[in-house]
This record gives sequence, structure tokens and C-alpha cells, in this order.
Amino acid sequence: MEKLKLLGTYTSPFNRRVMWALKLKGVPFEYIEEDLFTNKSELLLKSNPVYKKIPVLIHNGKPISESTVILEYIEETWPENPLLPVDPHERAIARFWIKFMEDKDKAKKDCLEVLRTIEEHGLKEDKKFFGGTNIGLTDLVFGLLAYQWELMEEIVGVKLMEVHSFPRLHTWAENFKSVSVIKENLPDRDRLFARLKGRKEVLVGSSKSH
Amino acid sequence: MADEVVLLSFWLSPFGMRIKIALAEKGINYDYKEENLQDKSPLLLKMNPVHKKVPVLIHNGKPICESLIIVQYIDEVWKETCPLLPSDPYHRAEAKFWADFIDKKIFDSGRKTCMSKGEETEAAKKELIESLKVLEGELGEKPYFGGEKFGFVDLCLIPFYTWFYSYETFGSFSMEVECPKLIGWAERCLEKESVSNSLADQQKVYQFFGQMRKMYGIE
Repeated sequence: MEKLKLLGTYTSPFNRRVMWALKLKGVPFEYIEEDLFTNKSELLLKSNPVYKKIPVLIHNGKPISESTVILEYIEETWPENPLLPVDPHERAIARFWIKFMEDKDKAKKDCLEVLRTIEEHGLKEDKKFFGGTNIGLTDLVFGLLAYQWELMEEIVGVKLMEVHSFPRLHTWAENFKSVSVIKENLPDRDRLFARLKGRKEVLVGSSKSH
Repeated sequence: MADEVVLLSFWLSPFGMRIKIALAEKGINYDYKEENLQDKSPLLLKMNPVHKKVPVLIHNGKPICESLIIVQYIDEVWKETCPLLPSDPYHRAEAKFWADFIDKKIFDSGRKTCMSKGEETEAAKKELIESLKVLEGELGEKPYFGGEKFGFVDLCLIPFYTWFYSYETFGSFSMEVECPKLIGWAERCLEKESVSNSLADQQKVYQFFGQMRKMYGIE
């Protein structure tokens, strides 16, 4: 039997998107919660010597790091319940939006501008999800917008993602959260709230920076 | 019906050079359009409205943006000829990891090394050299990052060779001293026509950075 281990942390959206992908494909795995602040495990340090970060997927002893690389590996290794389109151009579009989200994470740019771009260019009126009728990797990467945004607005005290300003994003978020695998695997609200509150300065910075 | 392939890029862009190499490896005919980044064409703005950046590949009228995504697209569409990525999913994941590392660690630190002075240059150069040494470690004794054959990671990194002279001169260090294996690897890659025909001239790159430094008052 194949051995699959996922090293991650409960509140990390990078970890959660990998968990969702594995669960959507019905692939069993062992989850190991890492303590990133006081004590990164030997296994983590050995498996990701370059960045020493989670998530790391270890498949039959072989480690894969970087969540977007892991997602594509999962897609290629377990092709059932596909999470990427078949058409190469549509795959390129899916990957474009995945990269868009990854770059915004790093740049911490103006949030409103980011939301506006996704609303106008990324989502289509007649499509339930980023790729069309079925959930895909792009949706998983944007997933944290569906569950984390309201909490962040509560903590920071500023409403950013108004329904009337971002109707497509709101519709997408509802569609995303109603997929049963996602619904059953959203982080606990209180636990996430506590974690986000501790990072308030970071959030305030990102909501107001240009 | 023949494929219509257009590449929008800027001669200095290492990301654009990746696409030229990929297209050459696959033997694909294409039209090249040089962009003036101070005065972007309506075509570029229409084909990449989100980022307005090069390179953009336009295949039968449909745009593909972001260099690594374009290379994967080329590999998927023209899959019979000269595969750029390995076929095994684990080796593919390793290749994508290192391509991502190159994007995260080499471009910015290299650009900052060329476009700064004093302490800022020292800091950027330190990060650049550290990252290049990590890549050297990954290369090891292999002829190419891809193993016996030139592959995806080689294609992603080799365009930065055109900036090596600029890194060394503005950063005051020697690539031969700091990363001798990478110099050997680069020379091996340059023996391939698809690579040597696709790379910009190192001296021209250096002159360009010289002009930019004067323009921004860095000199």
C-alpha cells in the first residue's frame, strides 16, 4: 500500500489546499501537525532542507515541497476526479490564476485591487467555479478567500469584500463552500479567529498598503 | 491549417529567452514582436490585461502568459517532439520546484545587484550568490539539471547567464570563483544551437544596465 504523509499546520491555507485536493480525490493520507515556532520536526527539516516550510507531502518516502508543486503532483499521480482541465489553453489559464494568487500572497499588495482583478478577469458569470462547472486546483488555491475573508474583516474592522461590489466573488465563495468535501474540511472558526487575531498587525498592513 | 504562433517579448528579458529556447527545441516557427516596455503595444495590453507584462505567447489568437506556464503549455501542445519536462510525476515535481526556486531567488536579487549601490548591492549580492550556490549543489556532478539531457530547469536558468557579466561587474565578484560548476554547466548549454541562438549578448545587457543606472542616478 502506498504511504502518504502530509506535514502541515491547521491554520495554514497552503496546507489546507493540499488536504482538500487529497480528500477530493479520495486518497488516504496521514496528517502530521508541525510546531513551526518552537520545534520543527527532524522529518520536516530533512524533507524540505531548502525552505524548511510546510506543507510537505511525502509519498513512499519521497518528499515534495511548495503547495502548488504538490497540487500538480497530486493531480498527475491520482488522475481520477480531475482538478485541472484537459485542454492545454484552459490549463494555462488555471495555472495563471494560481500564480496570480501566489504572487499576491508574497507581495501583500492592495487587497481591493487584487479582489477587483479577480472579480473582473478571473471569474465568469456563467461559471460556477474558476474552471467551469467543476471545482479545480485554482478554486483550492483561492479557497482561503471563501472562509478567511469575513474573519479578517471582523478583526481589522473594515468591510472590504461587499456583496454588491464583488457579486461574482461572493457567488463563487458560496459555490465553493457548498462542495461537500470543502464544507466538511473548513477550519474551525474559533481556532482560526484566534490565530488571525494574533497576526492583526500583518493584516492591517496588507489591507492598507499599496 | 498551420499554427499561428506569436511571441511578444523584450530582448533583455530572461523570461522571454526561455520561450525562445523552448520554441527552438520543438522546431516551432513563430513571429517575434519586440515590445518597448516604456510604450507597450495595444496587442500586449489586450493579451495580458492583468499584468501587462512580457513574455506573452499567442497561439492561434489565444494568449498564454507567465513564462513557466508558457513553457508547460508548449510542452503539452507539441508533446511529440523533444519533451522538456520528465514523464515521471516525481521528477516533474522536482523540476517544477527548482524552476520556482529560480524565479523566487535569482531574478530579484540579480536585478537589485545590478541596479543599486553600496549596502543594498552587498545585501542583494549575498542573497544572489547564496541562491546560485544552492543551485550548484542541486546540479552536483550531473552535466545538466535534467541529468544527461538539457531539460526544464536548465531552460529556466540558462537565460540568466546573459546577466552574469553584469552581476560580476556591478556586484564586484567573480562567478568563476563563487560558482565554477555553474560556469561549466552554462558553457555546456551554450553548445546547443537552440540556446545560443536565443540568448541576448552579455555585453549588450551590461551596457543596458549601465544606461539604466545613469538614468536612475545610481552611478
